Amino acid sequence: VKNPSSSLKSRFITRFLGALTKTNAEDPISSPSPTRIFQRYRRIKVASNKSMAYSVRSRRIWSRALLSRFRSRRSAFSGRRSSVKTTNCTTSPPPALIKVTIDENKTAKGGLDMQTDELRELVPGGEAMDVCNLLDETAHYIKCLTTQVQVMRKIVDFYHHSK
Amino acid sequence: MSSSRWRESSRTNISEEQITQLLSTLRQLLPEIPHSHSHKASSAAKVLKQTCNYIKTLHREVDDLSDRLSQLLATIDADSAEAAIIRSLLI
Repeated sequence: VKNPSSSLKSRFITRFLGALTKTNAEDPISSPSPTRIFQRYRRIKVASNKSMAYSVRSRRIWSRALLSRFRSRRSAFSGRRSSVKTTNCTTSPPPALIKVTIDENKTAKGGLDMQTDELRELVPGGEAMDVCNLLDETAHYIKCLTTQVQVMRKIVDFYHHSK
Repeated sequence: MSSSRWRESSRTNISEEQITQLLSTLRQLLPEIPHSHSHKASSAAKVLKQTCNYIKTLHREVDDLSDRLSQLLATIDADSAEAAIIRSLLI
């Protein structure tokens, strides 16, 4: 049985490594200046986020938001705009339900909305999501970020040890 | 702006139970805090705050690792190493 998250991980690895190779090929430096290194750092960071967003494709609101951000950055004329479909909030209950209480003092949906302001800024596309989608998207976004970090760490370790 | 979001939430009738479940899912993704009692109930505000902090931490880690990679890459021929990396990572 194919684990969907492991194929997401391998898609990310392939894309990101491809981007790294490309970065190195286009800009091979033996003694890099701080400016060049900074530019590389920027390119690598963008490549990492792009690789993950492209690996998730349009299955998620956050990935669609990132992808449209990348596309509009790339082209001066942002031609076609794909319609953003919000996912139905169907989540299966977690195996061990850790009790979380809604603060009664900050009650009602209005209170919870105010608490989500910061989160909306951190999750791509968060501003337009309802609370339900926001929490669901956040969980997936976090899983993808941790995969990114995990893979990047392994690559760093690899290069570090092969010196 | 937050008032319009409030109106949207009441229109879509998101139940407290749904939100509780989603927050619980998030809570499980967050790293363990050593001195907290895991059996104690966490407030929604706490979970959201911790979630925000965790996302910021992850963003910083991507940043830091990108920085390290930018320095390491300059000294390595990526082409020859690439195949080996892919193999070792996917194992």
